[in-house]
Amino acid sequence: MKKVYEKPVIVKVETGFMNKFGESPLYQRKVRTDIDGVSIDKLVEKYGSPLFVISEKKLREKYRNIYNAFASRYPNVQFGWSYKTNYLKAVCAVLHQEGAIAEVVSGFEYEKARKLGIEGKDIIFNGPHKRYEDLEIAVKEGAKIHIDHFDEIIDLEKIADKLKKTVKVAIRLNMDTGIRPQWSRFGFNLETGQALDAVKRIAQSGKLILNGLHAHIGTFILDPNAYAKEVEKMVKFAYEIEDNFGFKIEYIDIGGGLPSKNKLKGTYLPPDIAVPPVDEYAEKITDALYTNLRPGDFPKLILETGRAIVDEAEYLITTVFASKRLPDGRKAYICDAGVNLLFTAFWYKFNVEIDRKVYGVNEPSVLYGPLCMNIDIIDDGILLPPLERGTRLIFSPVGAYNNTQWMQFIEYRPNIVMIMEDGSVEVVREKEDLTDIERRERLPEKLKIR
Amino acid sequence: MNRLHQLAINDEGFIFDPLTGENFTVNRTGLFIINRLKEGKKEEEILQELIDEFNVSREVAERDLIDFLEKLKSYRII
Ligand SMILES: Cc1ncc(COP(=O)(O)O)c(C=O)c1O
Repeated sequence: MKKVYEKPVIVKVETGFMNKFGESPLYQRKVRTDIDGVSIDKLVEKYGSPLFVISEKKLREKYRNIYNAFASRYPNVQFGWSYKTNYLKAVCAVLHQEGAIAEVVSGFEYEKARKLGIEGKDIIFNGPHKRYEDLEIAVKEGAKIHIDHFDEIIDLEKIADKLKKTVKVAIRLNMDTGIRPQWSRFGFNLETGQALDAVKRIAQSGKLILNGLHAHIGTFILDPNAYAKEVEKMVKFAYEIEDNFGFKIEYIDIGGGLPSKNKLKGTYLPPDIAVPPVDEYAEKITDALYTNLRPGDFPKLILETGRAIVDEAEYLITTVFASKRLPDGRKAYICDAGVNLLFTAFWYKFNVEIDRKVYGVNEPSVLYGPLCMNIDIIDDGILLPPLERGTRLIFSPVGAYNNTQWMQFIEYRPNIVMIMEDGSVEVVREKEDLTDIERRERLPEKLKIR
Repeated sequence: MNRLHQLAINDEGFIFDPLTGENFTVNRTGLFIINRLKEGKKEEEILQELIDEFNVSREVAERDLIDFLEKLKSYRII
């Protein structure tokens, strides 16, 4: 009988130093053989690798969990799904079914929401670049328009004249909430009085009716107090407007920015410890509302939470294609998915699970993607046991900003499937082929190769 | 420079270099290879012994042996 084989490994023991990976070489990596009960093997066999996998169940759970944290504390809550975070139809449709309206930031996203069947009145139109044509459609369809700059006020007044109607609008604010860097490029600044100037300008012409305030103070905000400051400033400003200009501020939209359970690069604490629970945010936000609102006044509270809802509902299955030894002794693996598909790899350190139990000591390793590009690194310092070619790695959370910011570069984009609540699997975006990439290209006649 | 001969190696796979004070740990297969390197065996001989001793294909063993030797070089052990 021959002995059981284990790949040979040697690791240097660094005593007295904090292990830079924060993990022991003897620690077992997590094994994941299925997603929502559907085996990784079956998924890859049928839909190929790499493969994005969305869990309908998890998506709904996350939405309900976050929505309820607010709705159980305040009587008038509305969520707007931030399309740019993930605008796959299937994802948007699930969240609309759950009760979210749409939050879009361009003519393209607006069109997408309309095509999906969302009415104009259920679309929040944010963003610094709303073309005149897009604005005109949004006005006609009764969308919630959030003005970003003075030029947009002028455009909207022209449209109001043209359509002979007064248009309900909100303005977007930026302010100091203690968050650094301060997002000051969107909307009107509160502290300098610019926001007040915008209100005066709107009141003067009488063509627009101000009925809402909006702000988005940043993303992956780990300090719930920042939101408390935001709410306090917004409510105070709302009353200043109501008392001096006669507008009624019907809603306060505090934007997105809640963190997901992902690990930012350069942080040591695991997300379960670093990321405060959503109830803490909801508590601070609703506290600030009750402290600053006048008795009996409950304007609608809108949230545009993106990543916190969708990030953890999606996984990426990738396959180890080859391995090599780097000159500095680290082990390197080439995976079939890289930064082309995982745009967020630039700032996240993903949770990496292996599709099988692998025996052997963990060693410092690097995970490369398939691109012939130096920057294509998914993880440049991870402890992994020796992996066989063909081993599958499951990255998560990957639901936020990857399916919108990914790029068709060097490689095709793969299938995206959704595991439905009943356990069935649906392709929600088919993998690309050459026709997708070349459909818009034209080759001048004289350049044709004969 | 080959410092293989100055290393103290025990059966559990702990390796100590008394000159530099460095510590290493190896697994069973790694120890198997290091002991044979110490005996002065050639790569091809070690490969054959790996195949005879363990339940492994030539292809996998060869690939892993090359990789392991590269790792030893990176630590300047061989
Ligand atoms: C206006 C607006 N709302 C909502 C979001 C969603 O943010 P998050 O994913 O951080 O919740 C963004 C993201 O940049 C945004 O710009």
